[in-house]
Amino acid sequence: MSLETLLHRADVWRGGAAPASATGLGTALPSGFDALDAQLPGGGLPRRALTEILLPREGIGELRFLLPLLARLAREERWLAFIAPPHIPYAPALARAGVDLARVLLVHARAQNDALWATEQALRAGACGAVLAWPDRADFKALRRLQLAAETGDSLGILFRPAQAAQEATPAALRLRLEPVPDATPRLAVHILKRHGGWPAGPVTFEVRHVMDRSASPAAPARDLHARRPRS
Amino acid sequence: MIASEAAQRRGIRTGMKLSAAHALANNLCVRTRDAAAEHAALTRLAAWAGQFTPAVSLAPEALLLDIEGSLALFGDLAALLGRVHEGIEALGYRAQPAVAPTPLAAEWLARAQPGAVIADATKLASRLAPLPLGGTGLAPATIALLDNMGVRTLGDLLRLPRAGLARRLGAETVHRLDRALGRAPDPREPYVPPETFEARLPLPGAVENTEGLSFPLKRLLLELCGFLTARGAGAQAIALALHHPRAAVTEVRLALTAPTRDARHLGELYRERLARSALPEPVEALTLRVPQIFSLHARNLDFFNPRHTPAEAGAALIERLRARLGREAVQGLSPVAEHRPERAWRYAAPGAAGAEARFPPRPLWLLPEPVALEVSNDGAPQLDGPLALLPERERIESGWWDGGEIARDYCIARNDRGAQFWIFRELAGERRWWLHGVFG
Repeated sequence: MSLETLLHRADVWRGGAAPASATGLGTALPSGFDALDAQLPGGGLPRRALTEILLPREGIGELRFLLPLLARLAREERWLAFIAPPHIPYAPALARAGVDLARVLLVHARAQNDALWATEQALRAGACGAVLAWPDRADFKALRRLQLAAETGDSLGILFRPAQAAQEATPAALRLRLEPVPDATPRLAVHILKRHGGWPAGPVTFEVRHVMDRSASPAAPARDLHARRPRS
Repeated sequence: MIASEAAQRRGIRTGMKLSAAHALANNLCVRTRDAAAEHAALTRLAAWAGQFTPAVSLAPEALLLDIEGSLALFGDLAALLGRVHEGIEALGYRAQPAVAPTPLAAEWLARAQPGAVIADATKLASRLAPLPLGGTGLAPATIALLDNMGVRTLGDLLRLPRAGLARRLGAETVHRLDRALGRAPDPREPYVPPETFEARLPLPGAVENTEGLSFPLKRLLLELCGFLTARGAGAQAIALALHHPRAAVTEVRLALTAPTRDARHLGELYRERLARSALPEPVEALTLRVPQIFSLHARNLDFFNPRHTPAEAGAALIERLRARLGREAVQGLSPVAEHRPERAWRYAAPGAAGAEARFPPRPLWLLPEPVALEVSNDGAPQLDGPLALLPERERIESGWWDGGEIARDYCIARNDRGAQFWIFRELAGERRWWLHGVFG
């Protein structure tokens, strides 16, 4: 393997390079929240790689935060896979957010190993634009397999994991920790715990508005969701 | 008699008398040639070989492939021969191939000099000259007669005067030599493969567990995929029958989302399916059956390089997931134009376009069933702490006509830990509070 190839692997972390210049990641997928994208290498979530999203609890906007990205990806000819989600993704809400339901693939897994297996299959197949997975647990080795599968299949892999997972090392290209900021207008604080070509950063705080607020145009462009500056 | 390698080590030679062989090895295993089985195997191979050329014909003990038109497609002769050879080995057969400008020459050469190639038609006669007369289809009495005259090879025979040859051996024999040497045309009737596929494979010993089936099954799948490639077709429904000594046949069916002829993919699907099946008894034989084939014209070389488009990769993924997790575990979603939230969606076939419907704001997670909320002393609903209710209310009253009547006031609630929920209060009865969705 040449040095050039090595540097272009999505799982190789180049310390010292400025985030914007870490272009070896191929295309990054903007989240649609400018303040966050500005902090991410390439200006978005790394395509062909694994992103971990750590949550203290559900219901804080963890999916709404991804809707602009998902709606855009659904316009490609590939699946959006939901693997072992904690509840039923509600079709009316997805449709309203502009996600084409004809591209949504829902996979239920009873046994824990089945969830990881299905996630790897979906990432590797080259048939999924994004794979969202809720595994009960995943060790470094399992994550490493998923990271490689995402590279092979040119898929955006997103794993939702509990906040405690921050203690463990990760082979994922990006690790974010979400935290709600209870307020009159609830906002989401995003801590960047790991990114390529940069030190941990954040929190970046912005409002993930209620899907309720977008009644006028379900497929409104992502930029309509305005972002705020970090508060710190 | 033909001796196996093990038998040859004991001194048994091909052509030996059976009694002599028994004297050399007391544990000799003698199998009688089964002409019907040989013919059946050859016919199946003919269907499989159609992937290399449309002009396959059956000779009594050989398969003839007219490859002149296929060479460009496969690169060159060596590449084509390599593929045929590997393919036949993967099916569990051993072949004695030979290449020559005429069908008869190829057949004779295959018997006498397996692996020989005569590419140059002008050298045909000289290359055939050393072949013994034994493999040329002449009657044994004729061969004995010629042997007495000192004629032992084809070269010897061809040196004899043509007129005398015709008188002694008959015009038919002379004509046969002419066809072998390309002096007379030798058209062959091409083998026409059947419309459907059915192949049985007896196992050498009873197989007790499903892992033991994967290797013989692979052979059948390779045979199937060769057949499908030859037909420019794919299979969408496949039935595998496992035959037991006494118990009824176990049938394992595959239903695919799109026709395919990817042997590896089918092998993976069957491995997952078989791993989840229990065998009532050991398995003695397998039968693979495809009752209907579907045209896959647009892509006639994908046997060697399958799966190009995202749509095909997607179909293959769904099949793989379903083979292991079960059909119902892999679903698509569709909205339904219905006021009652729990009925406003349904599972759908993956990829089915959802119904057009406009919906008021909804949470991204819906609970399968509403969950009753605890209330504080003053009657306010709670979930992980007190809930603050947003002012908007959405009243949903519906379903009185079908017995699924609901009357609810929905609203959005937040707790002080930053989570948002979709809750409702019954408008009748105990007027309890329920959790119905989570704003993920």
